[in-house]
Amino acid sequence: MSNDVDLSLLDPILKKYQSQEGALITMLQEIQAVYGYLSEVVLTHLSREVKVPLSQIYGVVTFYAQFYLTPRGRNIIRVCRGTACHVRGGSRILEAVEREVGITEGETTPDLEYSLETVACIGACALAPTMVINEKTYGKLTPKKVMESLSRKDRKEREVE
Amino acid sequence: MNTVKLQIDDRKVSVVEGTTILEAAKSIGIEIPHLCYQEDMSPASACRLCLVEVEEAKNLVASCSYPVANNMIVKTDTERVAKARRLVLELLLSDHPYDCMTCEKSGACDLEKYAYELGVPTTRFQGEKHAYPLDETHPFFVRDYNKCILCERCVTACNEVQFIEAINLANRGFDTKVTAPFDRPLLESTCISCGQCVAVCPVGALVEKTRRFQGREWEFKKVPTTCPYCGVGCNIELNVKDNRIVRVTSPIDSVVNQGRLCVKGKFGFEYVHSPERLTAPLIREKGELREASWEEALSLIASRLANYKKDELAVISSAKCTNEDNYVIQKFARAVLGTNNVDHCARLCHAPTVAGLVQSFGSGAMTNSINEVSDAACILAIGTNTTETHPIIGLEVKKAVNKGAKLIVANPREINLVSSATLWLRHNPGTDVALLMGMMRVIVDEGLLDSSFIDERCENFDAFKESLKDFDLDFVERITGVPREQVIEAARMYATNKPASILYAMGITQHSHGTDNVIATANLAMLTGNIGKPSAGVNPLRGQNNVQGACDLGALPNVYPGYQAVADPAIKAKFEAAWGCSLSPSPGLTIMEITEAAYQKQVKALYLVGENPLLSEPDASHVQKALEKLEFFVVQDIFLSETAELADVVLPAATFAEKDGTFTNTERRVQRLRKAIELIGDSKPDWWITCQIAKRMGSKGFDFAHPSQIMDEITSLTPSYGGISYGRLENGGLQWPCPTPEHPGTPILHVGSFTRGKGRFIPLEYKPPMELPDDKYPLILTTERSLYHFHTGTLTRKVSGLNILKGEELVEINPKDASALGITDGDMVKVISRRGEVVARAKVTEVSPVGVVSMDFHFTESRTNVLTSPALDPVSKIPELKVCAVRINPVTSNRR
Repeated sequence: MSNDVDLSLLDPILKKYQSQEGALITMLQEIQAVYGYLSEVVLTHLSREVKVPLSQIYGVVTFYAQFYLTPRGRNIIRVCRGTACHVRGGSRILEAVEREVGITEGETTPDLEYSLETVACIGACALAPTMVINEKTYGKLTPKKVMESLSRKDRKEREVE
Repeated sequence: MNTVKLQIDDRKVSVVEGTTILEAAKSIGIEIPHLCYQEDMSPASACRLCLVEVEEAKNLVASCSYPVANNMIVKTDTERVAKARRLVLELLLSDHPYDCMTCEKSGACDLEKYAYELGVPTTRFQGEKHAYPLDETHPFFVRDYNKCILCERCVTACNEVQFIEAINLANRGFDTKVTAPFDRPLLESTCISCGQCVAVCPVGALVEKTRRFQGREWEFKKVPTTCPYCGVGCNIELNVKDNRIVRVTSPIDSVVNQGRLCVKGKFGFEYVHSPERLTAPLIREKGELREASWEEALSLIASRLANYKKDELAVISSAKCTNEDNYVIQKFARAVLGTNNVDHCARLCHAPTVAGLVQSFGSGAMTNSINEVSDAACILAIGTNTTETHPIIGLEVKKAVNKGAKLIVANPREINLVSSATLWLRHNPGTDVALLMGMMRVIVDEGLLDSSFIDERCENFDAFKESLKDFDLDFVERITGVPREQVIEAARMYATNKPASILYAMGITQHSHGTDNVIATANLAMLTGNIGKPSAGVNPLRGQNNVQGACDLGALPNVYPGYQAVADPAIKAKFEAAWGCSLSPSPGLTIMEITEAAYQKQVKALYLVGENPLLSEPDASHVQKALEKLEFFVVQDIFLSETAELADVVLPAATFAEKDGTFTNTERRVQRLRKAIELIGDSKPDWWITCQIAKRMGSKGFDFAHPSQIMDEITSLTPSYGGISYGRLENGGLQWPCPTPEHPGTPILHVGSFTRGKGRFIPLEYKPPMELPDDKYPLILTTERSLYHFHTGTLTRKVSGLNILKGEELVEINPKDASALGITDGDMVKVISRRGEVVARAKVTEVSPVGVVSMDFHFTESRTNVLTSPALDPVSKIPELKVCAVRINPVTSNRR
C-alpha cells in the first residue's frame, strides 16, 4: 500500500459535508471521482475524520458495485452480456477482449491501461453484440473487430502522446 | 410512560409503549423463535424467524422489531406462521453444512434447536453452497463462515455492547459475509479480542479454540464464580469437563458485567493448567531448590520462623488471594508471629485512596457502584486508562457518553477514552493537584459551587477556599500545560452537569503527593455536592481482583480487619479476646519499608504470598539485593515467579479455580469464588497452608475446615462485613457496609451524612514530582498497563494467546522525540534512569506526548521497575511509579 497518497485532496470534500450526517455515499462518490478508486489509506483517513467505523465504510463500499477498492484502468471496457448480445455471440466477444488485453472480467491490466467489466445490457440491442470503451459504443462486433478497435485505440493514444 | 394493551394468542397483556411484540410475548411466557434478536441489543430484523400474524396487517411482521399498539391482536402460533418459519429455516439450511454430529455447537445451537422444534429435517432448495476455508487466524477462536447465518448478532455486539466496531457485513447477496475492514484478519483490525462475538453467536460459526474437541455442550459443568483479574470482579462461569476448564462464559443477567467480559476474563485461563504450575513444595538445599513433602516444608518453616524476634519478621499478603486467605494471613502475622509487619500490594496502588478518602469522607473506597456510571451526566476520568485496566467500567463510560453524558478525560497520554471525550485535558504528568485546584478556583470564582451542600454536610471550607488563592489560572496553565480556557471549560462542565462522577486510578495515586491528589478529587466532589447521590461520587478504580478485600481484611500494617486501628487499645483488646493472645500495639512496616528493613538486616525472615516485588516494586535492583539479604525467605505462589526463585522454601498454592472463598470488587461487592476443579498436583489453598504453619507453631484458632468458617469469624470481628455469610452471597453478592444479617448492603456511601460525620475540605498546595527531567535524563517515564496482561505477568504470560496479542514491552515515544534521537518505530532502545537500564522495543506514536515516554511492567524480559523511582508519598508510603526521569539511547539496529 503506498503511503504517498495526497490526503489533502480529501479536505474540500470533508469540509463540504462537515456536519452532514448520512452523507457517506455521496462523499465516497466524490472521493472516487478524485482518486479514481477508494484506497485503504484514503478510507482509513475518511473513517477517522468523519468518525464512521472503517468496518462500516468497508461494508458500504463493497455493497455497491459502483465503488472500487483497487485502481482502475485509464480505459474502461464494458462488454454487454444482455440477451440480444448473448444470442449473437457475446461470449465470444468477451473472450476476444480477454485475449487481447490479457485480463479477465473484473480485472485491470498491471500498467493500469485497461479495466474489463461486463454489464447486463447497454440498451443498444439492435447493434448486438456490443461493447463500450469509455464513452464510445462499438456495435455489430466480431472478434476481429474487437482486435482492431482495441489496437486502433492503442495507436491513437500513442499518437496523442 | 404510556401503557399499551394488546392481545397475544388470546391472552391479554399490557406493556410500556415502545415494547416490541417479541418482548411483550416474552413477558407473559410466550417464547417466539428467533435467531438474530438478542436481549439488550437493538434488533437487526435479519433472520425473519420471529414472524407473527398481526390482525389487520397484510404481511407477517418481524416481532423482534415491530412495536406493540393498543388493541393489537397478535397470533404467534398459527399454521401460516409455522409455514413461514419453516421456509426461513429451509432457506438457511440450503447453505449450511449438515455436520451437527461433529459440530462443537450442537446442543446449544439455535438453528439446530428450531429445526428440531419446527420439524425441518432438510431443505428443498438445492443450489450453490459456500466452501470458505476455516479462519483460524485469531489465537482464541475460529470462524467458520460456512456455518454463519448472517444474523448480525456478532456485529451488533461488537458495535453496541463493546463499542469496538471492528466487524461489519461486507459484500452483497450470496457473497455477504461478516468481515473486518478489507477482509483482513481480525488481528489487523481494531478488535480487542473480548470474545463478545463468540458469546452471542447462535450457531457454530464462532467457537473458542480451547473447547474444540474437548466434549459436547451438554457435558460441560458450569461453575459460577468471579473473574481472577481486575477489580471489576466480573461474574463468570467456568465450563469444566474432566477436571479441565474448557471455556469461560458469563450469563447475560450477571450483576456486575451483564455478560460482558474482556479478553483476559474470557480467554485468559490457560495458566491454571500450565505445566509450569508448582505442584510440590520446594526447599533450597546446597543452593538448589528440590522437591519436598508438605510435612517437611511446613515443619521447617515453623521451626525457622520461631527463631526470630517479633519485629524481625514480616509478612506480605496478596490482593489476588481471597478475603479468607487474607484474613488468615494477617491473623497469622499478628497472633502467631506477634508483629504488625503485614502489608500487600495495595501499598503500590491505592494506599493514597485509603489514606486520603478516610481524611475527607471517613471511608476509603469507591463511593458509588459500577452500574451507576452510565447514568452520570458528567464523568471526569482522571489518571485512569479505563478501557485497558477496567474494561467493563470503560464500557459503562462509553455507554454514558452515548446517552449524552459529558466526558472529561484528564490524561497526559491520548488513551482510548479520548476518542469518546467531550474535553481532553492533556496535563503534564504529576500536575493533578494544580489542575484540579485550578478547576475548583473557577467553580468558586464563578459561583458554581453547591453552597447548601457545603454548609450542611461539610467542614473546614474557609481554610480550603483560602488555599485556592495560590491557584490563579496563569499558574495553573504554566504548571499543567493545559490552556486556561480548557481549565475553565472543564470546571463549568463538571459543575453544571449533575450528577457528576469522578473516576480515577493509578494516575492519581502513584505519586509522591498521591494522597494530595486523592484529596483534591474529594474536595472537587464536595464543592459541587456530588457525593452521596446516585451516579455521582469519587470512584477509585481498584486494580486487582481482591485488593479491596485484602485492605478490608486488614492485610495492612496499621489496621485490623474493617480498618480498625491497631493503635486503639479498645480495638486491640477486642482482637486479643477473640484470638486468645496478646497483640502488638504499634503499627508495622509497609511494603517498601519491609524491603528497606530487609536491606538493613532488621527484618530477617519474610513470608510472602502471591506477590512478585522483583517486578512490581520500584527500583527493582535494590529490591533484589534486599531480598537476597534475608536469612529466611518463604514464597507461596502458583508459579515459580522471579521472586520465588530467591526463596528458601517455596509453597505451591492453588489457583482461583481450585478453591472456595470470596473476593471484594472495586464497588465493595463481596462475591463468591467457587471451586470448579480439583487441586492441581500437590498444591493447596492459601488459607490452608497458612493455617498449617500456624498450627505447627503451636497456635490455636486456625482449625478451619472450610473458608465459610473463616468468613464466620470475619463477620464476628468486622462491623462492615457483619451481615455477610456464604448463604447470603448466593445471588449476586453484597456491598459493604453490611452490618447485620438483614441489611441489604450499601450501593452508595455517604448518603445523608459522611462516614466520618461531616465531609472535610482539606487545603492543598502544589508539589512537583520528586524527580524531574534534567540535562542528563531529559525525558519523563510514566508507567501504564496493557489490556492484554496483568501486573507482573505471572498469570497472563502463561497464556499463549495473550502473548500473541502482546508479546513484548513497548516503549511508547512521541515522533518528535524519536526523530531527535534517531529512533524509528520498531527499533530496540535502551532506557536509562539513575537506578538502572532496560532494553525494549520503541513504538513511535503520538499517543505519548512530547517529552514523555511510557512503558508497562508486565514483561520480565524488560523490567521497567528497574528504572522507576522509590520516592515515597509521606502519608501513604506509595512510591512515585508514574514519574521518573530517563534518557533513551538507540541500540544498534535490531529491527522487527
